[in-house]
Amino acid sequence: MTVSYALLGLLEQADRHGYDLKQSYDKRFGATRPLRFGQVYRTLAQLQRDGLVEIVGVEAGAGPDRKRYAITAEGATDLERWLSEPEEPQPLLQTVLFTKVVLALQSGRPAHEFLDAQRERHLTVMRELTTARRQASLQDSLLIDYQLFHIEADLRWIDHAAGRLEALAEEIRV
Amino acid sequence: MSAQPLLTGTGLWKSFGPTPALRGVDVSVNAGEVLAVMGPSGSGKSTLLHCLAGILTPDAGEVAFDGRRIDHLGDRERSLLRRTVFGFVFQFGQLVPELPVLENIALPLLLAGRRRRAATAAADEWLPRLGLDGVGHRLPGDLSGGQCQRVAIARALIGRPQLVFADEPTGSLDSVASDQVMELLVDVAKAERAGVLFVTHEARVAAYADRRVIIRDGTAVQPATVSP
Repeated sequence: MTVSYALLGLLEQADRHGYDLKQSYDKRFGATRPLRFGQVYRTLAQLQRDGLVEIVGVEAGAGPDRKRYAITAEGATDLERWLSEPEEPQPLLQTVLFTKVVLALQSGRPAHEFLDAQRERHLTVMRELTTARRQASLQDSLLIDYQLFHIEADLRWIDHAAGRLEALAEEIRV
Repeated sequence: MSAQPLLTGTGLWKSFGPTPALRGVDVSVNAGEVLAVMGPSGSGKSTLLHCLAGILTPDAGEVAFDGRRIDHLGDRERSLLRRTVFGFVFQFGQLVPELPVLENIALPLLLAGRRRRAATAAADEWLPRLGLDGVGHRLPGDLSGGQCQRVAIARALIGRPQLVFADEPTGSLDSVASDQVMELLVDVAKAERAGVLFVTHEARVAAYADRRVIIRDGTAVQPATVSP
């Protein structure tokens, strides 16, 4: 899911070949897990089937033909919607949050608004969980505690990132 | 809940030297409501609490309690207000170390002129409500951090205030004691129909509030977002 939107975000900046897309993705988001070529082309094929990207040119070369991909209007709308929607708090959310922040900064969108909306969503869920825990058995309350500590870790990252947006924006523009 | 907020701060500014700690904050608390003021260290949230509670005077802006402006009252009137309609819980309890628990709890009544025996009898009734049975004659130094905060909650509420101010009430506690203290603070205040305005930098603690305000760089960035 995140990979699809990351590719859409990169295509929103400029039309690209699959190879360029992989390079750009790995540079921005693939520090711990670079994309495999197969995954890039599978994702692009899926996005094309869904009408979110289109092929705008094919160049013949020594090897296989190189297709040039562009984001469609529908793809841009879908990307915009994904970026502006806060995520449900859940473990291992950091990849999604990080991708959204970088894409927002890269495209000149207000990343702080995204972080504020996400913080509000996290705080609301914490409030719901805290209320539920008060009626829960010890076993259930410990499970809720587990969720609460993870959401709290996300929130700490959100506040930390919010304090560094300007510096990050500069680094990304380089 | 009344239509008019119990306490409002409007356009509050406060500087220490050349640095503004508050830069035009608007905030309000309704009767019986629990409000969390959140924000990182140095964001101005404690300064805001002190201005709202009449401990500090804002440089600009107004504070009104129950429809009456209180920021320009004299020291004596403000002190009376703090003793009669406000209650306070601080990070480290700030109990009087030489006085046993019962007398610490009874302190607001003693200051209001109640006789010692009647005041400590009233304090005694608060012990079971806060899980403090059997510790009434101990000194604060013999209590755990969580127990000290529970004593501080009893002391804050014994005078039947309309609003309790709590500055990082769980700041010195581990997570289990912190949950106990917050549950008691919210439950007992609701039972007494008192509002609570508490300051915290911890989201887990803020989750006990009905509503929250985030202070960043001296301004309220997300005022009055209502939780379900």
